[in-house]
Amino acid sequence: MAELELHDAPLETDEPIPTTRRRWRIDRLALYVVAMFVLGIIVLPISFSVLGGFRSNKQLVESPVGLPDPWVFENYTSILSSWSFWRQVWNSTFIALLAAFVVLPAASMAAFVISRYSFRGRELVYGLFTLGLLFPAAVAILPLFITLRQAGLLSNPLGVALPQAAFGLPIAIVIMRPFFRAIPQEIQDAAAIDGCGPMRFYWSIMLPLSRPVLSTIAVITIVGSWNSFLLPLLVLIDPNEHTVPIGVNNISSQYSTDFARVLAYTTLSMVPALIFYAIAERQIIGGLTAGAVRE
Amino acid sequence: MPWPMIVVFLAPALILYSVFVLYPIAQSMRYSLYDWNGLESLDNFVGLDNFRRAFSDEVFTDALKHNMILITLSVVLQIPFALGLAMLLNSRIKGRAVLRTLFFAPYVLSEVVTGVVWRQMLRPNGLLDEMMTSVGLGAHTQGWLSDPDVVLYALFFVISWKYFGFHMVLLLAGLQQVPKELGEAASIDGATAWQEFRYVTLPLLGPTIRVSVFLSIIGALQLFDIVWVTTKGGPIGASSTMATYLYDQFRKSLFGYASAVSIVIFTLSLVVALLYQRFALRRDLQGTGLVG
Repeated sequence: MAELELHDAPLETDEPIPTTRRRWRIDRLALYVVAMFVLGIIVLPISFSVLGGFRSNKQLVESPVGLPDPWVFENYTSILSSWSFWRQVWNSTFIALLAAFVVLPAASMAAFVISRYSFRGRELVYGLFTLGLLFPAAVAILPLFITLRQAGLLSNPLGVALPQAAFGLPIAIVIMRPFFRAIPQEIQDAAAIDGCGPMRFYWSIMLPLSRPVLSTIAVITIVGSWNSFLLPLLVLIDPNEHTVPIGVNNISSQYSTDFARVLAYTTLSMVPALIFYAIAERQIIGGLTAGAVRE
Repeated sequence: MPWPMIVVFLAPALILYSVFVLYPIAQSMRYSLYDWNGLESLDNFVGLDNFRRAFSDEVFTDALKHNMILITLSVVLQIPFALGLAMLLNSRIKGRAVLRTLFFAPYVLSEVVTGVVWRQMLRPNGLLDEMMTSVGLGAHTQGWLSDPDVVLYALFFVISWKYFGFHMVLLLAGLQQVPKELGEAASIDGATAWQEFRYVTLPLLGPTIRVSVFLSIIGALQLFDIVWVTTKGGPIGASSTMATYLYDQFRKSLFGYASAVSIVIFTLSLVVALLYQRFALRRDLQGTGLVG
């Protein structure tokens, strides 16, 4: 369901009448024009940022269009050789992995019993989790902040990762449930006959069979965590703990006139996200559309 | 399966969820009834005053209005646009896999990156102004982010830039479930492209469109990060949303009042979700559990 088929359809060779074909060609040209126009709008800010990082501020003010002349490398090299940038990359990575590490077992265990066993209150539990889809962390941020303060989790990576995992549970469970359900009951029965209890069944059969959906959840959690802004901003008070988005935001207000440096910093912070997207595109898109489009 | 086992399996998720989602929300219901700065003891009970105050504060009702405008624009412009592109990618155009990847790319960039880059592009004499001047449209440049009459629409453009890809892939997944034979049958029977779209594709795509609209509404009710980074809700509150208003109160340490505002946002989302589920999504979401 989630797998989008995007192999180019083979061109039909027996397309009938030439006039239709000519019209099809004009339509097609129009489609390409629209596609290229949209592509331009999508790519423009990204290329502006990448190229902007290679300009001096003077160039940015005088001629922001076109290629940099001359190319300035200093913006990038100074950031790449700064300790604080790498520190932020590490912090972001650590928190994202931590969140995924917490959400995967918690969500898969819950989704497992919700989808494979019937017990009283099952629908209630499931309903409770789906309710969470309506409440993103940004709106719950104030009570969350107070709770974290009470729990002594401010200035602690766990204070970011645990709430992210908790707010990630609803979508994870919603995506996992149909997947777990689809695994044939016969497997479970056969396992039970062979003396395999629920715990073993979950661990040795369900999880290995569910690798695609688990990697989807991991990827969605990591991307969400990597990009999140408000929660780490409030929780991570010490600059040594800052994550990349906080760094970008800080640098853009701190060096508000050093446009080139801001753009270089922004570009570098995009790179990990874009690389990750290039590797895990299928999981990201598949996971995000899975909950919403029915089979 | 024995009870203790079920409890063991549910426990990690339920504990995590209760501590970091349910408990804070329940607490904020309590805080919303007090005048409280977050530090001193919680003893100044004010009943529903905080809620009355929110709805009589023009700054808040303006923010609410901005949310409504953004919802309307998203549904009227962004989703049809996403649908158009989804159809384009569903046609026999070459390179559509690459196009899909690129169109979706902004969605994986963080709100902060999006906001910072667009702020640079839209600043006075920034890239957009320069480009407009160079093609002779210099007279039409605006204070994109500094003119109170323009900023909300500029912001909507930035939001669409980031999020349309999501709706596009959603609708594309829906389109790919529409059997091709139906369209072919219609066109053999002499249906024009428009008729085919209107009477074959659109009805079959209905469920996906309704889900897309739903997610768009809920998302727009709760917009924060991208607005905060791009405009901070300004100038003079012209691009504020309920969530940026909430954060402003939070920063002023009006914790009781801010809690009331977050309860208002919760409640609105819940009411919208329930109404939408009742009237539009009923058939579509059965079994997917997207709505509680």
